[in-house]
Amino acid sequence: MTLLASIRIALRALRVNKLRSSLTMLGIIIGVAAVITMIAIGSGAQARVEEQIQGLGTNLIVLHPGSVTSGGVRMGAGSRFTLAEEDAYAVQREIAEVQAAAPQLRGTGQVVAANNNWSTAFYGVTPEYFEVRNWVIAAGKGFEPADLTGSAKVALVGETVARNLFGDADPIGQVIRIRKVPFTVIGTLERKGQSLMGQDQDDVILMPISTARNRVLGGGQAKQRSVGTIFIKVRDGADMAAAESQMRSLLRQRHRLQAGQDDDFTLRNLSEVLAAREESSRIMALLLAAVASVSLLVGGIGIMNIMLVSVTERTREIGLRMAVGARARDILTQFLVEAVTLALIGGLLGILLGVGGSYAVGHFAEWRTELNAQAILLAVSFAAAVGVFFGFYPARKASRLLPIEALRYE
Amino acid sequence: MPLIVTRNLVKEYRMESYSVTALRGVSLEIAAGEFVAVMGPSGSGKTTFMNLLGCLDSPTGGEYFLAGEKVSELSGDALAALRNRRIGFVFQNFNLLPRTSAVENVELPLLYCNRPREERRQRALARLAEVGLADRAHHQPSQLSGGQQQRVAIARALVNDPVLILADEPTGALDTRTSCELMGLLQQLNRGGLTVVLVTHERDVAAFASCIISFRDGHIVDDQRNADPVDAREMLKVLDREAA
Repeated sequence: MTLLASIRIALRALRVNKLRSSLTMLGIIIGVAAVITMIAIGSGAQARVEEQIQGLGTNLIVLHPGSVTSGGVRMGAGSRFTLAEEDAYAVQREIAEVQAAAPQLRGTGQVVAANNNWSTAFYGVTPEYFEVRNWVIAAGKGFEPADLTGSAKVALVGETVARNLFGDADPIGQVIRIRKVPFTVIGTLERKGQSLMGQDQDDVILMPISTARNRVLGGGQAKQRSVGTIFIKVRDGADMAAAESQMRSLLRQRHRLQAGQDDDFTLRNLSEVLAAREESSRIMALLLAAVASVSLLVGGIGIMNIMLVSVTERTREIGLRMAVGARARDILTQFLVEAVTLALIGGLLGILLGVGGSYAVGHFAEWRTELNAQAILLAVSFAAAVGVFFGFYPARKASRLLPIEALRYE
Repeated sequence: MPLIVTRNLVKEYRMESYSVTALRGVSLEIAAGEFVAVMGPSGSGKTTFMNLLGCLDSPTGGEYFLAGEKVSELSGDALAALRNRRIGFVFQNFNLLPRTSAVENVELPLLYCNRPREERRQRALARLAEVGLADRAHHQPSQLSGGQQQRVAIARALVNDPVLILADEPTGALDTRTSCELMGLLQQLNRGGLTVVLVTHERDVAAFASCIISFRDGHIVDDQRNADPVDAREMLKVLDREAA
């Protein structure tokens, strides 16, 4: 018997018991839909974390001023200006694993452009900052060495700032006043979106670090050349732990700390934190898919159950088919095709429901979901495999019936 | 060589603790073109003998040749092919597939020898016309009377041009008149050259055959030619007169 004929017989048999077939299929439909939706949710979450890592910069170590102890009283983190701009240059110069180190000075203030004003944060940075923090200049140009040495009053604005100050107009070449100091906008930054903490990373103005120190912030900090944060990018493939420990000893030496004294800075490996987060979201995605697979498995057991009932019910039919010339393998094929057809139709309907479900979750729960063809293919081949696996036993049972006994079955 | 030859055919059913011998050495020859009735009380072994003739079961001992082919040594698949090409079955309870039209029921044997679809349909319709059911081809069994269902079953038995028709109590579920019509159909096929073997426990039905074999306790106890078989056409006339 040809496969086509088997499929026709299977479809007819499924049509005869419409309600039973659709209920059996429902198990597979829900299973496949669940797998597709869960994988979509899982990979959406993963993609989000990956994007955040990209936004932060890869292989990133962050240095903050630490606590200092004064007369037995330990002050909180960042209580002293213990990190100097020169620390950044020393780290970059003396540690081989470091690709770039970027000091950052932070300030906030009111920014005015023509009729508009906007309160935002501004950062004094060096050209390395762009490389380390993965900032891309969308339009215009970056800082020249001369801008740094001459404390030039030039600035790059983030997307949010540009929108609030200039609307749709081109900000480049415009003058903005930051804490009443006039700056020329020389470029705009490419959009980065939200940070890990949900902050708008595009609400930012970048200016040369010397300008920030000498012309905007002023005061005590200027004398000490201290900085708020140093971002360090370690070379790809370099040992992060080794870089960290070298950095620590270099800084301790530069800060003249005795053997028993605490660090006066904190050193955080953000990439590690993110990698852990990525790993956990990956495990989450895997877990979701595994739970969904269980429902697919249960659907498969439903198929097996119904096929067993069907074989018993149709024992006489099997006997007759054998009497008129069906070989054992014809009977096996017939019932196997029936089970696989059931699973595949269920699988195809499950795709529709799963794709719809992913969009619904994305739309109503506002979770990011990412459909991928691989997951869909996986779910459907899994459904077909379930059909073969759970259909095989009943089909074999049918094919092993003896014709005379099957014919006489009541 | 006769169409059917059995030599010392033995069939033993083994249960867990005991065994039952249903056939105890049956030797028999049936020539092509015969109309044989197999009779005997229940437990006599006639059904077992039919199953062996129909290649539905294998003997424990002895030999069976059908149309020159030694059946007793064939594998399951070869037996299936033999049933498909050589034998047409007619059962007491018709054994038609429910919710399946008459013509599709008749096509069934052709499905298992990979005939193209058009040929299947054509041959099935032709056979249905032969048994007088051309206008019922697309009715389902539940829409047909018992006699019509049995004629569909006969069309199915004939569709692959077998050399042997095996009928197991074909009139068991039918009334006298319908039985008579059915026997007439079998006689007509037999006159056309087809060998018919019929199992029955009714003397009236056996009387239509040209040869009657009686079984008891797994042996053939009687094998005689029926010198004057009842002609179903004459019988029908008698029945009509009685009804009038």
